[in-house]
Amino acid sequence: MDHKQVIRDFIIANFLFGDADRLDNAASFLKKGIVDSTGILEVVQFLETTFHIAVNDDELLPENLDSVDNISNYVNRKLTPV
Amino acid sequence: MCGIAGIIDLTGKRRVQPVDLTRMLSAMRYRGPDESGLYLDDRASLAHLRLSIIDLSGGIQPIHNEDETLWITYNGEVYNYRELREDLLKRGHTFRTQTDTEVILHLYEEKGADALADLNGQFAFAIWDARKHELFAARDRVGVRPLHYTTVNDRFIFASEIKAILAVPEVPRRVDPLAMDQIFTFWTTLPGRTFFDGIHELPPGHCLLFNERGLRTQRYWAAPFREREDRLTGDPRAIAEEVGSLLTDAVRLRLRADVTVGTYLSGGLDSSGISAIVARRFSADVKTFGIRFEDGRFDEGEHQRAMVGHLGVDHRELVATDAAISEAFAAAAWHCEKPILRTAPVPLYLLSRLVQSQGIKVVLTGEGADEFSGGYDIFKEALVRQFWARNPASKWRGRLIERLYPDIFRDDRTRKTVAGFFLVDPETRNDPLFSHLIRWGTTARLKTFFSDGLRAEIGAYDACAEVRAGLPAGFDRWHTLHKAQFLESTIFLSTYLLSSQGDRMAMAHSVEVRLPFLDHRFVELMGRIPPWMKMCGLDEKHILKKALAPLLPASIVNRTKHPYRAPIHRCLIALAGSETGRAALTDEAIAAAGLFNAARVGMLMKKLTAADRASETDAMALAGILSAQIVYRRLIADPELGTAPVVRPELVVDKRTSDREKYA
Repeated sequence: MDHKQVIRDFIIANFLFGDADRLDNAASFLKKGIVDSTGILEVVQFLETTFHIAVNDDELLPENLDSVDNISNYVNRKLTPV
Repeated sequence: MCGIAGIIDLTGKRRVQPVDLTRMLSAMRYRGPDESGLYLDDRASLAHLRLSIIDLSGGIQPIHNEDETLWITYNGEVYNYRELREDLLKRGHTFRTQTDTEVILHLYEEKGADALADLNGQFAFAIWDARKHELFAARDRVGVRPLHYTTVNDRFIFASEIKAILAVPEVPRRVDPLAMDQIFTFWTTLPGRTFFDGIHELPPGHCLLFNERGLRTQRYWAAPFREREDRLTGDPRAIAEEVGSLLTDAVRLRLRADVTVGTYLSGGLDSSGISAIVARRFSADVKTFGIRFEDGRFDEGEHQRAMVGHLGVDHRELVATDAAISEAFAAAAWHCEKPILRTAPVPLYLLSRLVQSQGIKVVLTGEGADEFSGGYDIFKEALVRQFWARNPASKWRGRLIERLYPDIFRDDRTRKTVAGFFLVDPETRNDPLFSHLIRWGTTARLKTFFSDGLRAEIGAYDACAEVRAGLPAGFDRWHTLHKAQFLESTIFLSTYLLSSQGDRMAMAHSVEVRLPFLDHRFVELMGRIPPWMKMCGLDEKHILKKALAPLLPASIVNRTKHPYRAPIHRCLIALAGSETGRAALTDEAIAAAGLFNAARVGMLMKKLTAADRASETDAMALAGILSAQIVYRRLIADPELGTAPVVRPELVVDKRTSDREKYA
């Protein structure tokens, strides 16, 4: 299942308003000014609703949320049965 | 307060006609509804719109000196004019009026540009020297009063407002692409630039000279932020007293008028302080005015009422409903003459309308305290982030950020998310723009809406690099607080706050605002006060609070800083759905202006219409896009602009020597 595309589409629609060229999957949202710190909360809400996961407080870290690649890896980890 | 305009053609080849001037005046008629005047000779013409405040019967402009070689058109007040006049009388000058206008003219006769150092006031004026064929113009130190100019076809054209310049048919009308980049980064243009290509703003604290040798501008004042050696030392209580008594004197001078003076009273420390000084020390029956909001997040009614009760003043409130804001946004943007990223100017537009309806022409307000007395949250943030950056691993240093924004950090999840992302990137710690980088970086995301054409025109331009290049020598070594204050006062105060929220919103209803906190003596005093007295830990405006405490209830002195903000999301959605809004956002309208990408604007509208609450950045995007489209349509695309001269001057001085066309 291509989580990455779903995530990418969400970021492009809601933060880049359709400007797909600007989104490099490895690019840091904060450093590139794609999503700001309060925007991250929108992202978290989207992840929880779309993938039916619960994002724990101690998982609210740039390593998990600050790029398309990071989010995709994070979601995959959350969805993989231990 | 008033409006000024003029056209200078040193070649003398094309005579200016009175109608050229009345077209300019008509475009900004609200700046001076009481009377108007023109002066024309073979090379220069000056025009003036008057809002009569001092010497109601005798002060029509333009005014001349004893031998009619100097003529002035002037907007503003010089509050120490009586003292200056006394001195000039002793030096043998004669006066025909009781105005401050005439005082400036004679002082210029005496001292030329050096006269500016003697003026305590807020002004923009132009003096034509008919003998030397030279125009001298100046603007006050912090930019309370506006002045714009352009040069086209050998003509030097100036006016208080850009729309008056645009009323001259030969002036090209085009958006300045770099201005768009600046506005969608800094919330406003950098000093000197306007939204319009080729039209300049005379920066605050500058004067200009236009003659055969060309155009020269020169700085005559800069806000001092003193290094350690020049700072005041001594007992904070004594310093607080000095602050209090200088502020009182600034208020005293600003009450000089032949009309009633009111005050704005929001319930915040600054306007409460001003209102209290007026009511307790000068005029107990002062009329005060304040804004209320329906939404508790924005409303300051509780504190406003506390002050009204405390002072026993005659207070009038205006409730700025979402509907009222929505309805007035387009007019407010037109008055601002540039895109605005917030709705904050609009309630002030509504408030001045209320003031006008009460027959009041002058109000004192609290602007300027935050910039120079250390009041803004962004200052605290800068200090906290610097402190945190020296030890990024420290959790408790990090938690200081939360004390700044209790609203954002209201729950654990939010706190953890935002705190993690708030930590300063170690590389930026030493950037001179450190204090403002987060704000500017967040805002710059809005440029995602720019059209491909606009982006191409902006090219590789780097607005932050321009700011860095313009910083004073030694800026890197300044105290963190002073650096933040400098950036806020030179970029935000002058070109946004005093203009879009100050002069333009008040003048829209022929109301003059006067700002005691921007008395240059007070600003200079604050510049000498040690940083820790301004921001004591996280206690902002510390010394100012000490100075005002005797006049105010404890609840006002101790209340948390509430930044003035106005509701935005629902107001703008309502506007976008109205006839004006829909017309502004059609694909055709967006393509015609060429500023934005229609598809992306469409996605923004979809997101905002569906959402209950908008993120601040998305709301700013909508405000910026709507206001840019509106200003484009009304000031660039509108073919009717400047075609209807409605002003009929009471005074016309016509010294043109040939091709004379009497004004009928």
